[in-house]
Amino acid sequence: MTADEDSKDLRRAPRTPAADEITLENVRLGKITPEDLTIRRETLIRQAVLAEQEGYPQLGRNFRRAAELTALPNDVLLAAYERLRPYRATYFELLALSQEIAARYDAPETGAYIREAAEALNDKGLLKKDEPN
Amino acid sequence: MMRSKRFEKRAERPVNKDTFVQEDASLGLVVMDSPHDPKPGITVINGRITAIDGCAQEDFDTIDRYIAKHAINVESAAEAMAMDSVLLARMLVDINVPRAKLMWLMSGCTPAKLCEIVSHLNVVEMMMAMQKMRARQSPGNQAHVTNWRENPALMAADAAEAALRGFDELETTCRVARMAPFNALALLIGSQTPHGGVLTQCAVEEGLNLRLGLKGLTSYAETLSVYGTDEALRDGDDTPWSKGLLASAYASRGIKVRFTSGTGAETLMGYESGKSMLYLEARCLLLVKGSGAQGVQNGSISCIALPSALPGGVRAVLAENLMAASLGLEVASGNDAMSSHSDMRKTAKLMLQFLPGTDFITSGYSSMPRKDNMFGGGNFDADDMDDWLVIQRDMQVDAGMEPVTEKDVLEIRTKAARAMQTAFAKLGFPNITDEEVEAAVTSYASDDMPERDLAADIAAADAFLEGPLTALDVVAALDQAGFEDIAANVLAMQKVRIAGDYLQPAAVLDRDFETRSAFTDRNAYQGPGTGFRLCGEHWERLSAIPQARSAAEMVPQVAGNPGIRLQPIPVPAPPSEGEVVIAIGPAFAGKLDRVLCGLSHGEVLAALIEGIESKGMRARIIKIYHTADCGLLGFEGARLSGSGIAIGVQSKGTTVIQRRGLAPLNNLELFSQAPLLSREAYLQIGANAASHAMRRPPSPVPVKVDNMARLRLIVQAMLMHKREVSCIVPGKSAVEMQAFHDS
Repeated sequence: MTADEDSKDLRRAPRTPAADEITLENVRLGKITPEDLTIRRETLIRQAVLAEQEGYPQLGRNFRRAAELTALPNDVLLAAYERLRPYRATYFELLALSQEIAARYDAPETGAYIREAAEALNDKGLLKKDEPN
Repeated sequence: MMRSKRFEKRAERPVNKDTFVQEDASLGLVVMDSPHDPKPGITVINGRITAIDGCAQEDFDTIDRYIAKHAINVESAAEAMAMDSVLLARMLVDINVPRAKLMWLMSGCTPAKLCEIVSHLNVVEMMMAMQKMRARQSPGNQAHVTNWRENPALMAADAAEAALRGFDELETTCRVARMAPFNALALLIGSQTPHGGVLTQCAVEEGLNLRLGLKGLTSYAETLSVYGTDEALRDGDDTPWSKGLLASAYASRGIKVRFTSGTGAETLMGYESGKSMLYLEARCLLLVKGSGAQGVQNGSISCIALPSALPGGVRAVLAENLMAASLGLEVASGNDAMSSHSDMRKTAKLMLQFLPGTDFITSGYSSMPRKDNMFGGGNFDADDMDDWLVIQRDMQVDAGMEPVTEKDVLEIRTKAARAMQTAFAKLGFPNITDEEVEAAVTSYASDDMPERDLAADIAAADAFLEGPLTALDVVAALDQAGFEDIAANVLAMQKVRIAGDYLQPAAVLDRDFETRSAFTDRNAYQGPGTGFRLCGEHWERLSAIPQARSAAEMVPQVAGNPGIRLQPIPVPAPPSEGEVVIAIGPAFAGKLDRVLCGLSHGEVLAALIEGIESKGMRARIIKIYHTADCGLLGFEGARLSGSGIAIGVQSKGTTVIQRRGLAPLNNLELFSQAPLLSREAYLQIGANAASHAMRRPPSPVPVKVDNMARLRLIVQAMLMHKREVSCIVPGKSAVEMQAFHDS
């Protein structure tokens, strides 16, 4: 994580004051970084709660997984997607991925989702065969 | 065989270039109700779904397994599945049943149940239901912005014009995939030029797509295609879980996601297993919902010609839109890919979404000419925009496009192309010349654009993608170049990403960057007087098409030059046998000066007099004040005529030949279509009137054949008549006039 103290405050702060700091003046002063313009885990959880209250439970669960995925670097994120496509990973590779993401990035819901995929894809023969050793 | 010339002519009509095929369920050629579709059914044991539509969990394919776990609401399933489908269909149409109640019931339905419910609705009922079930109360629209030369100045100018025209979302794609970063950049800058808040996307491969979003160049994605059978999904190189994770991945970067599905895709891919297209689409929609995507673009999308070839195909496409909306999904309702050769057929199909309103009436209106549409052409394109605007005005319907003036368009295109040019310069990208900027403002299509060095552009686009520059650098470049307002809007688009409000269902941003979504702009339609109503300032704006002229402009208040002066004759001569009266209306050569065919009043009188005199008779001009009615002008003239024959002429040119003693509406000859007359016609009318007076047979009057004349001139005719009526002086006697022709 490269976040400095300022952007940490931004993450914790309620939305309005954080948003107030995103001004053209601050861009001119070089005070805004691309990192400041990313969505936060807490924000996605708040959107999840809102979606659930509005009667959209699936959307809520998606936002909860998304909240977890904010912690994943881009390449890890894209690699995880790639692994869930047909015949890309073995059963054990998917289980390992599930554990790694759940533990390393504090992402239990995403971990469970990948484990569920491992079982389903295994049952339907949509996984890569284990490499013979 | 003999050939009927009418059949031959019809065979050449555009609609007969379309393909039509008979149903054959064994090949998947069936839109709804295939004999191979399962019957609705569900089994829930201990809160888990163990059978769907007659398929037990041990036989579940991956889609069944996914939707059983993620999509179907176990809590509402028992109630919804036990209800008669006809009753549920009626509830969809019933204005007294609110959207939320239906969403809850529909959330417990299986694919076969969803199909059974909509199969009870005809298209009008589906439109009624769509009006109530769409997620966002205010309808919207999306535009496609591409050009085959991939000229960045033209793309920015086109994006700016599309934003000015009121599209909520703009989508681009590439001819050459590596141009994606520049196309996304052009779309971003252009889209934020007239005002802020327009969402943009660049449809490319997922990995690249996500990277564009990470740079802040795009704000939504709708490339996530799903299919309704395992085999088709596998051929699409995805599993339900990979698509689901991708949906979360986009959301984790603050990017709005919409899935893509639609009738016919599985059949085209060869894996429909005899099921109906709608049944497979119902499975897709539950897959979309289970993944937690906020919405879908369906309505057959690029496959539209396939369901359209089948009976009921266009109805099935509306049914799939409705099904998605009923599940609480945002719907971008198709109408993007070419659906017919026939304009009449295309428009008829369009009305199914246009009239009730959907979240996005089209999944991409081609805002440029068809040839520049890199999505494979566009069902409606730049050439059709005025038709679209006029239909909105006709129906008092907002279908997501606003009227604009040519002047405003030229201004905004110039600004966007200039902004693109300076941003390119500041960011160190290949030069955009002044010549390109100028061409981008006025060009019809990218054929009109100067060529660019594509290799240099691609190399720079690659470097942009791989390098550290982001939307923030774009903001700084625009700001430094003096485009502070565009810079502020591009920055605001980054800022809204932090809040994530536009991830909500059916979200778009207004011009103040406020989110309008299913949560903030809830569709509360419950019949007349509720829901979205096009009225007030919004209606005035949409109805104010530039072609609409004021009455004063069409028929100026002060008549110009009638080419003649009329003066009362102080002591008129007594009536004589050798005369024909020309009875003119109260505005003739006064408040009006010209007849509808374009002749001045002087020219009309001169022709009539010449015709009368050609038969050796004399004309007497009498101005009538108490009536503007053509029949009564003739009637009054005939009463005063020594020969008993008169020509009645309204100031708009409608003319009658009348004989004394006949009832006002029972005349000798009537020329009711003034636009079709001419100098030759008026000459012959004069001659015929004289012939009637001499009891000789008249000759045919040459009248032009123009079926469109009434259509073209009806407003003008009405305004002229209104003017004449306003000149009536009740009780004032007719006055004989002497004519002085201007020389």
